[in-house]
Order: sequence, then structure tokens, then C-alpha cells
Amino acid sequence: MFVTELLQTTPDPAAETALTLPDYDPETQAALFRYLLRLGDSVLILGQRTSEWCGHAPVLEEEMALANFGLDLIGQARMLLTYAGALEGKGRDEDTLAFLRYEHEYRNVTMTELPNGDFARTMVRHFLFASWMVLLWARLQSSADPHLAAIAGKAVKEARYHQRHAGGWVVRLGDGTALSHDKTQAALDDLWPYTAEWFESDEDDARLAQAGIAPHPGELAAPWRETVTPTLAEAQLRMPPESPFRSHGRWGRHSEHMGHLLPEMQYLQRAYPGGKW
Amino acid sequence: MTAPDAIHAVLATVPDPEIPNLSIVDLGMVHRVTVAENGAPLVELLPTYSGCPATEAIAAATRRALAQAGYPDAVVRFVLTPAWSSDRITAEGRAKLEAAGIAPPACCGTPSDAARATAAPLTYHPTIPCPRCGSRNTEPLSEFSSTACKALLRCRACGEPFEYFKPI
Repeated sequence: MFVTELLQTTPDPAAETALTLPDYDPETQAALFRYLLRLGDSVLILGQRTSEWCGHAPVLEEEMALANFGLDLIGQARMLLTYAGALEGKGRDEDTLAFLRYEHEYRNVTMTELPNGDFARTMVRHFLFASWMVLLWARLQSSADPHLAAIAGKAVKEARYHQRHAGGWVVRLGDGTALSHDKTQAALDDLWPYTAEWFESDEDDARLAQAGIAPHPGELAAPWRETVTPTLAEAQLRMPPESPFRSHGRWGRHSEHMGHLLPEMQYLQRAYPGGKW
Repeated sequence: MTAPDAIHAVLATVPDPEIPNLSIVDLGMVHRVTVAENGAPLVELLPTYSGCPATEAIAAATRRALAQAGYPDAVVRFVLTPAWSSDRITAEGRAKLEAAGIAPPACCGTPSDAARATAAPLTYHPTIPCPRCGSRNTEPLSEFSSTACKALLRCRACGEPFEYFKPI
């Protein structure tokens, strides 16, 4: 009955999320639009990656956990992209932004588009990412932007739940058998260089920090390291050394994996433009 | 009955599609009921979990219920501010959850619990009493369950598994 009800739900403009737009100067408005894409695309793309586990997880409980990770992330993306579209004022809604952009127009951090790899790699990535998001959402809760603060208020609790669940697996696998330890350490070594991008910044970040809308990315680097260090230590994992490598997904320069992810994510809207439930 | 009160009475009959013995009023989803200039009722709802797939169905059901009650032109809208929290579930809503065998959310909103959850996010688990026998001797089975809003636990006293409404 529920499915029937969902299918009968015709899109209704009145059902759209109503947003009263704050009054920003054009530069701040444009910077916030790009910031919302960076945040919204990061959770969207990781949500898409995580959903690839559907039907493939090692046990039923983790099948549900991964599907729910994806659901939470895509839910957060919907709110962020809806707001981004409204702020831009060019009539683009969440679906247009999610499904009808080209690769260089996506602003997700590169780590989110990397292939899932094995279960250990997926959980290490999720733990590192969720630990960052917990700190970021917590700061955004006191954002001068009321909508971003409201989205953060809910997302911070979801991110905390993700951090706890994925962190539990990092400890169990890292401090598990020799094989699980090696796989977890290899995942950490590979993924670690991609975390540097999260704390890099540009003039948009400076402008939004000045306006009290978002924290300066660099401010989260030390707290994030302090958050993940005890868990990695408990998991008997060696902290990888600093690396000069920098990824640039937030600036629209993606890894080779993004070009494979997008056709699958965008398939329906590309094949049936404007198709609705 | 003033118009907003009459509307509220209609909203109290709109069930949550996944937990049908709870209404959207019990869940604390109704932010505000006002009357637009043209006399049409304006209902502002708060979406619950970010990824809840029932959101659209709830808006449609609300619109249908209002139309049947004589408000065909009612406007139903979602607003993001204020953020919904499981603390918004009413006392009646919590009682209905318990009656359905679903443990209501621990009060994540209390400062001490929130502080403990923040200080030790990896090890903090609130003690959830069993909705069947009331025992506090329960254990988590799966942190994720049949819907986005629930976890699965088991009571060591009566042996029954039960669902737990996650606090957010």
C-alpha cells in the first residue's frame, strides 16, 4: 500500500520546501551557493557510493547499516541542494543539480568518489569522513545562516551515529586478525592523503568565515586529528605520514573514478529527461 | 472551533505511513498552522530524518485528509527551520510508540546525555528499557533496522527483540 501511495504522489509545487532567503550581498550569496554545492555534493556522492553496497554487504546488519548510511547522506544532500538551487535563483531544483551537471561542475571532496574497495576500506573512509562531518556540522549549527544551521542541527546527530558505527568496525578490523589488520592499514594508508583537501581553503571560505556562515576549513584540522587518533590507536593502526599529495574535488578537478560514477547515477535523468516518480 | 484548531484536529488523524498508530501531530511534525490571505489554510511541516522516504507520502496524505475535511485549497509545505528532533515527539506519541512495542527515543536532548555522547561517541550507548517487560537488561542487535529511524535491540530478561526509535 505504501508503494502505491508513493507512486500516486504527483509532484506538487506547493509541496516543495519553502525557504525564506536571507538577504545577502551578491558576492556572499554566490560564495554560499558554491559552499552548499561543496557540502551537498560530498554527501550526495558518498551516498551514491555507499548505496553500491546494497545486496553485497557481508552480513544482514551491515547491509542495513550501509543502506541507511546512504539514505541519511542523500537526505542531507537533498536539503543542501534544494537550498543551493533556491539561493542561485535560476530555477534549478535538487534533482536538476544532482543529476544534470557535468563532472567539472561537481564540487565534492575527492575521497567520496573513490571506489568502495573492500568492507574495511569502506568503513575506514566512512569513519574518517563522518568524524570530519561531526565537527563541521557542530560548527555549522551556530552558522549565521538560519537554513544551514537547521540542516546541521539534524545532520550532526546522524553523522555522530555513522562515526560510532564505522569507528566500531575500524577497531574490530584493525585489532582483529592479521589479515583484517593488514587490509585496514592498507585502506588507511591509501585514503589518508585525500583528507588534506578537507582543510584547504580559498576566497569563498574566507568570505563565509568572515560573515560567520561557515568555519574556516583549516580550523577543523587539529580537532579532527585529535578525534580520529584515539580510535586509530585502539585499532592498532599506524598513522600514515604527511604527504605532499593534494586532491582537488572541491575545485571541480576530480579523479578518474568520477567519470564512471556519474553515468550510473545520472542514467535515469539522461535517458528519460524530466522523468518523475 | 477557530480555524487553526479545526485544522489541527484533521492533522491529528494523518498517520505516519511506517508507524501508523502515530499521527504527524504525535511526531511533532506540525510546525505551524496559519491562514493565508485568501482564507486557505497553510500547514507548515517539519521533515524528520534527513533520508526518510516517507516524507512525500506524508505531504500527500495530509493534503488528502484536509481536502476530505473540506479544505481542498489547503497549502501543505515543508520548512527546514526549526530542525525537527526526536525530542519533539509528544508524551502521547511516546506512549503510543511504547504501546506498539517500539522503545521511544532516549532523551538525547538532555544536556548530560548529549555531553556523554559527544565526549565518547564510539562507546556511548544509552540504556534502553524493554517496551514489553520494562527490564533495563537489554542489548543492541543492529544499529540499523527496518526503517531509517529505528535500531534493533533484544531484551535479555524476556528474550524478545524490539525496535528502538533512534534519538536525533
